[in-house]
Amino acid sequence: MHGSAAVWSKERAQAIIDAHRATEGAALPILHDLQAAFGHVPEEAVPMIAHALNLTRAEVHGIVSFYHDFRRAPAGRHVLKVCRAEACQSVGGEAIAETSLKRLGMAWGDTTPSGSLTIEAVYCLGLCACSPSAMLDGKPVGRLDQARLDALIDRVA
Amino acid sequence: MATRLYIAKDSGALAVGADEVASALAEAAGKRGLALEIVRTGSRGLYWLEPTVEVATPAGRIAYGPVTVGDVAGLLDAGLAEGGRHPLRIGRPEDHPFLKRQTRLTFARCGIVDPASVADYRAHGGYKGLEKALGMPPAAIVEEVVQSGLRGRGGAGFPTGIKWRTVQQTAGDQKYVVCNADEGDSGTFADRMVMEGDPFVLIEGMTIAGIAVGATKGFVYIRSEYPHAIAALEAALAAARREGFLGRRIQGSAYDFDIAVRVGAGAYVCGEETALLDSLEGKRGMVRAKPPLPAHKGLFGKPTVINNVISFASVPIILDQGAAAYRDLGMGRSRGTMPIQLAGNVKYGGLFEAAFGMTLGELVDDIGGGTASGRPVRAVQVGGPLGAYFPRALFDTPFDYEAFAAKDGLIGHGGVVVFDDTVDMARQARFAMEFCAIESCGKCTPCRIGSTRGTEVIDRIVAGEDRAGNIALLEDLCATMKFGSLCALGGFTPYPVMSALKHFPEDFIAGPRLAAAE
Repeated sequence: MHGSAAVWSKERAQAIIDAHRATEGAALPILHDLQAAFGHVPEEAVPMIAHALNLTRAEVHGIVSFYHDFRRAPAGRHVLKVCRAEACQSVGGEAIAETSLKRLGMAWGDTTPSGSLTIEAVYCLGLCACSPSAMLDGKPVGRLDQARLDALIDRVA
Repeated sequence: MATRLYIAKDSGALAVGADEVASALAEAAGKRGLALEIVRTGSRGLYWLEPTVEVATPAGRIAYGPVTVGDVAGLLDAGLAEGGRHPLRIGRPEDHPFLKRQTRLTFARCGIVDPASVADYRAHGGYKGLEKALGMPPAAIVEEVVQSGLRGRGGAGFPTGIKWRTVQQTAGDQKYVVCNADEGDSGTFADRMVMEGDPFVLIEGMTIAGIAVGATKGFVYIRSEYPHAIAALEAALAAARREGFLGRRIQGSAYDFDIAVRVGAGAYVCGEETALLDSLEGKRGMVRAKPPLPAHKGLFGKPTVINNVISFASVPIILDQGAAAYRDLGMGRSRGTMPIQLAGNVKYGGLFEAAFGMTLGELVDDIGGGTASGRPVRAVQVGGPLGAYFPRALFDTPFDYEAFAAKDGLIGHGGVVVFDDTVDMARQARFAMEFCAIESCGKCTPCRIGSTRGTEVIDRIVAGEDRAGNIALLEDLCATMKFGSLCALGGFTPYPVMSALKHFPEDFIAGPRLAAAE
């Protein structure tokens, strides 16, 4: 479940940052932990990270925005990552994903209006011998077809 | 005595229901009063047979697969515990032709052992390489790796021993061993399988590297798309520490070495070694200009060995069996074995470790059984998103670094993605450019701008706009990217593009493409 994201707490953010004081190259570990706690990297945390790591806010912004994983706003309660890379393309993954998105009136990266589900593109989950594949809230799913993908979506959307 | 079953918890097996099958078996056995012990292993890599259930019998393990929850009652009725007859019975896994034809060195234990148990690892020949290494001078360890002919399995194919020698001979108050586990190439999963199925072989290889070059600290940079590999490796690291295989004075020796896991954040370019180092340092994953080489100035500016998972995982057996035994396998300058990953639209997809030299045709047609769709194989992309598309006419190419390069291709990390005759090669070429545009770190112009211009030019060709002029422009653009980019992302994106154009020009002609005959 991704629905457990906490509301912003400066104290909690500071504790996460402080926990990495001894970590070499701490930026990514801090950002991952902040996102795990708050469901995204809150803007308020950027100057705090900059202060702790002796970087400018612009530099921290540059790091956050460089990586596809880090969110600027919370995702839906569930996150479905659908693979769009070559191995999944070779067995029609792109077509079934597009059909599902169209049915929901969504584009890649969108969240359902109720906030229940975000559907994201991912480029390879390493499940290339059981393609097409996806990952729902961290759980891998392979050998997808239209019915299986739609069932997966309808269970949580 | 409890019947012992083995079921993979490899994420490829989980993706097709291994957890559900394991729970159903436990529950059904409980109701029947049958005592079961279920050991969760890695996968043997025969993915079309996952979920596979193996049972320990006096005659060895007997496998069944692919098992669904609905098969559980029938399997127990058929005497699964004794290896009884059933339509899903595969027999002894070792006798299965897909495994029998392999030479499993790096993957010798994967799918067999409990990936969290040091004792099981040792019972299957693990830590023998380290034992040998601890009795050798560091220079001799490096020499053994040089002599083995091992080349970087991540894709670049640079001799591993030469990297190690450079780091060993470079002075530094702190040196690092970094494992590149940012396995982002579509069609590849060998790194993931090792980390989930036999993580100690990676830990052992990195430990040997640390001793050889004088490094006390190691990092494994794993992509965030691999949560199960991260968990399995963390568990193995903790176990290795408990058993004195990591930490201070390893196994009572004078050597200290420990490993930390770092998680990537969804940037494909961080699989490039210098971008990975920047990312590990807590920066944007930007590619560095070389020189300086990472061996001289790597992580935090210190001498650093950076190798792929499979490169490190190949080292223990080289130390254990000797360089000659490894070097005797293979062809030309490609020595030893390569874990080849058969993926995509292929009937028998999975991990096939073999000595270099098998032809692409043998791999795709004989081993892979052709397409899963049953339609003719039209194209095969070898080496990930930056690898060339080969037509059937090139199926006589042997799996060898140089042979592929001679045909304007690359073996990369050993991924083979099969496409049937419904593939639109202009679309694949466009995707290669698009992917490069999405993932470019932006440091060099040919990659950052060229990839976007590339998609536009392909669109114009397909639309029939000044075809000859735009094809010439695309070729020119690809030459600029190939020779002007800072790293392989921009530098190799021309491979899939130009190979698609060269071998499948008919797909770039305007108008509705002739649909493959229905």
